Amino acid sequence: MSSVFISGIGAVSPAGWGVDSMSQAVERNIPIQSVSISSPVPNSKIQVRPVPACKVRPVYLSHPRLRRSSPVSQYAAAAAVEAFGTQSAEAKIGIIFSFQSGCVQYADRFYGETLREPETASPLLFPETVLAAPTSHTACVFKNVPITETLVGDPGTFLQGMAMGANLLFSGQVDKCIVIGAEESSWLVSSAFQLWNQSAIGACGAGAVCLSLNPRDSIGVELKAITDSFAYSTIIPRNKAAASMRAELPSSGDNVLLCDGVQNLGMTDMAEKQVWSDWQGPRISPKLILGDGLCAAAAWQCVLAIQRLRQKRESAAIVSVVGCNQQAIGAYFTQT
Amino acid sequence: MLFPPPTLPSAPPRIVVTGAGIITALGGGWNENAKGFRNGLSGARPVTLFDVEHQRVKVAAEVRLPDEFEINRLSKHQLSRVNRAGRLLLSAAAEAWHQAGWNGDARLPLVLGTTAGGMASGEDFYKQALKNSGRRNQPTRALMYHAHAQARVLMDALGFSGPVMNIANACATGSSAIGIAWEMLRRGQADHVLTGGYDALCQLVFSGFDSLQTLSKTACRPFDAHRDGLLLGEGASVLALETLDHAKSHGANILGEIIGYGASFDSHHLTQPQPEGNAARLSMCLACESAGISACDVDYVNAHGTGTPLNDAAEAVALNRWAGDYASKLNVSSTKSSVGHLLGGSGAVEATVCLMALKEQWLPPQNGLNEIDPVCQFRIIQKRTDAAVKIALSNSFGFGGVNATLIFRRWE
Repeated sequence: MSSVFISGIGAVSPAGWGVDSMSQAVERNIPIQSVSISSPVPNSKIQVRPVPACKVRPVYLSHPRLRRSSPVSQYAAAAAVEAFGTQSAEAKIGIIFSFQSGCVQYADRFYGETLREPETASPLLFPETVLAAPTSHTACVFKNVPITETLVGDPGTFLQGMAMGANLLFSGQVDKCIVIGAEESSWLVSSAFQLWNQSAIGACGAGAVCLSLNPRDSIGVELKAITDSFAYSTIIPRNKAAASMRAELPSSGDNVLLCDGVQNLGMTDMAEKQVWSDWQGPRISPKLILGDGLCAAAAWQCVLAIQRLRQKRESAAIVSVVGCNQQAIGAYFTQT
Repeated sequence: MLFPPPTLPSAPPRIVVTGAGIITALGGGWNENAKGFRNGLSGARPVTLFDVEHQRVKVAAEVRLPDEFEINRLSKHQLSRVNRAGRLLLSAAAEAWHQAGWNGDARLPLVLGTTAGGMASGEDFYKQALKNSGRRNQPTRALMYHAHAQARVLMDALGFSGPVMNIANACATGSSAIGIAWEMLRRGQADHVLTGGYDALCQLVFSGFDSLQTLSKTACRPFDAHRDGLLLGEGASVLALETLDHAKSHGANILGEIIGYGASFDSHHLTQPQPEGNAARLSMCLACESAGISACDVDYVNAHGTGTPLNDAAEAVALNRWAGDYASKLNVSSTKSSVGHLLGGSGAVEATVCLMALKEQWLPPQNGLNEIDPVCQFRIIQKRTDAAVKIALSNSFGFGGVNATLIFRRWE
């Protein structure tokens, strides 16, 4: 079995457009300021951590498929383009896209129009509500994409996507695979968040990791393992799933980074906090700074872990994702 | 571990279907659906689930949901919280589970396809959020919007645990899910998998297709020269897939074999296929390549055949090009004329129609065809037909450009 190398990373986050702004924000260790967003519900207080406006609009966002697309498509395309970088445009690229909430902004607008006056509901909006639309738009930015997949699920779905991407590489169907996690925010999603925890603050953006079998493409990091996905069920409760995930990952070491998904939200984090309570090595919790970006946040965790290895700050990194309502799953990266 | 995968078997195992549950507007279960598809019956009826007074079109292929499920470990209270999409899924899965003779399992991969599974719950949550200003909303509605929440219901009802993978490749997603499950088994990552696709009708999606003017104002007539759109439907089909060795080990009744899968991407347009059907043809070619067969080995094609002018034209060209000289002998039909376009459920339901044709040796006719579009060089099945069917191919093409093709072989 060949190795799978990381050939690029990309991110759009509440800290800005690009991996550097996100990693600097996490280094500063100061939570990004949340803002109130408007809502049709009177007296509602909805806080989110949005993506700041792009200072210079990148050329690829003028692509005909992206001009009128939803924010989640634009975040995804930006992260994917950054992750792909200057690799050969002739390469066959697989695109695997993951998200949890879907294209909520356009769905919200279209459904609002449907309820008000269905005869005039916009035919331009509806296609953008389809879950596969951001994947399709992102794929069109690249020259040679023979295959795309769209996955929906909780944050762990991004890691399932990376395993799927590795399998696509091994099958020979593609030369590179860009795996993306992306989310957009809306008053509707944020108000749903707050039903479970009043302190939860949603975030939006995207993260992308480009995989390759070619060691010459490597940015100095290798994907070593992705654990099984331990689904929550009556048979396997969340804490047991988290423990099973940890059991498949290497044990603590001075030079191994743990990048977890903890947000200090009481019950929401309990299983993940418990399972890593004895961790002695270096540790970062990006959601404390960036907010809960669901699948985008899992992608940010991976991107930040890879960035630390690329900077040779640790020799290996574990990413722990104990998702909100589907699965516990982890990944292990090393320097090459 | 999902990665690295286990060492590949020297030769991929054969993958068989040992359970196929189905629910559509034709009814619940294999027998009722087989009868309906064999006779080309139609499930179109006036929409009752939501207000369509101001829509152009007022019919869909609505399902009459069962009150009870064949196998169900959920309490009455838990079942009361399951939405329509979850109930469709549960109904089909329980039938497949029963046929396969599986028991509870701590690790049984579940690979499902849906496009808008829980959207009706999302719609309820939206309306409630606007109505109850300042009051706490119902969390269940937000939760049941998620496809993985419906998967969780299924696992708890049947007594197993995942992993769960939800594919959302638009209208191709049912076929994509089955294809991905098939690949998972061939790679040695599991010895049995539950897979399929489902979708429930909801107002947003109905209104969306109506806004695009893709819903038929007359009758859904795929490949008709005067076709004017699709019939929206709902339903589910779930397949129990196993390696042949695993199926034999517990004496399972084999319904058919999956021998090929192909997938491609069409970048032409978000909602329109490339007119020459390049990606559709590629999907069929890749599926044939993986099955080790050619077009002339295929006895029946269940076309994507939505009934929209653009889809059917592109698919017809793709079929002509793929089949070449064999096109005039190729048997094709689109069962969307009977049960409508089930979106995330289509690929899985049409896979089960292929299994029915292979097992019971008939070809499913499509109803309502008046004048065949001259672009079609193949034979379209229009009446009840008994036939020797050894290999069947099913096409699914989605918004966004994902195309998927599955190939099935009769089990003898």
